[in-house]
Amino acid sequence: MTELWLVIAAALGTYAWRALGVVFSGRVRTDSEFFQWISCVTYAMVAGLVFRIVMLPVGLLAQIPLWARLLCLAVALVIMVWPYRPFRGLFPGLIAGSSLMTVMGWYYL
Amino acid sequence: MSAHDPDPGPTPFASPRAAFREGVWVALGAPAVVLFAGMVGFGALSQSVGMSFWSSVASSALIYALPGQIVMAEMFAVGASGLLVSLAAALTAARFLPMMLTVIPQIPAEHRTGRLFLMAHLVAMTSWAIAVRSFPRLAPQDRQPYFFGFGLVCWAVCTPGTALGYLMAGHVPGPLTLALVFLNPLFFLLSFTEVRPTGFRLAIVAGAVLGPLSYLVSPSYSLIVSGLIGGSLAYAVQRLRQRTTIQDPS
Repeated sequence: MTELWLVIAAALGTYAWRALGVVFSGRVRTDSEFFQWISCVTYAMVAGLVFRIVMLPVGLLAQIPLWARLLCLAVALVIMVWPYRPFRGLFPGLIAGSSLMTVMGWYYL
Repeated sequence: MSAHDPDPGPTPFASPRAAFREGVWVALGAPAVVLFAGMVGFGALSQSVGMSFWSSVASSALIYALPGQIVMAEMFAVGASGLLVSLAAALTAARFLPMMLTVIPQIPAEHRTGRLFLMAHLVAMTSWAIAVRSFPRLAPQDRQPYFFGFGLVCWAVCTPGTALGYLMAGHVPGPLTLALVFLNPLFFLLSFTEVRPTGFRLAIVAGAVLGPLSYLVSPSYSLIVSGLIGGSLAYAVQRLRQRTTIQDPS
């Protein structure tokens, strides 16, 4: 029961950031330099988080060696930007990357 | 009208309802699959660390931010106690503040009502990625209904995903759980290839380098450091480039 209250507390804390964003966004114009800058900051933050998860994972992913994680990523990326149809794009990339990761898991887990 | 687009403008949808429906359709592809898979992974994780079913499901519906939820589950696993857990989870959500600042200003002023506070809860990594990618291609008046379309789908698949993962935990082979966990970062890395403006691309590269490095130094400040330093650096470089080269396409 306490656990559920802690979840609710974390939810309120999380929502506070979202609400704060709404409050502050009122004065921001899309054609302003501030908007360009905050967009750069956000992209860098999201990329930082995502690459941290891949490079320095915690939990299950940490049991797969770094080269194997990077290989799965590289294969998916190549398929994503592959210039010839039909084996290109988001879905084929996701399927290839996660299938390869399943194979790695078979071997390393 | 505070938000005006530099380009002549995309053709608007016939009605807000049509924009909403289009948003639903967009989300029902890869985004819903990836979120669902990620939440199945989280459900399985939360079961394995001994969280209760209802806390696990409630966290997906109410927190609705996977990194924070995972931090929470991991802290429960190591026996961290009380409000410290909630505080740590809430701190990882600081990214939502700048994320909101990049999305909301693109909504026209007449749509900025109390509804924005409802919309705010639907902003997570995936829906943010869809929003920043699709908003410039939409007529301003279509953006909010379109957002509610995909935002609600993304949010709605999370609770059943978590419940399924929780109930299946222990019955799913390790390699499959691994693939589910990997789908989320993979989705974002692949979507980064669709980001066109040079400044934003530089920001992604800078963040990619600084994210892991700053995490080695200080895990708790990693996000803020990589965002502020990497983003500002990218912004500065882009400004300099614009000044030196006159016909820069972006």
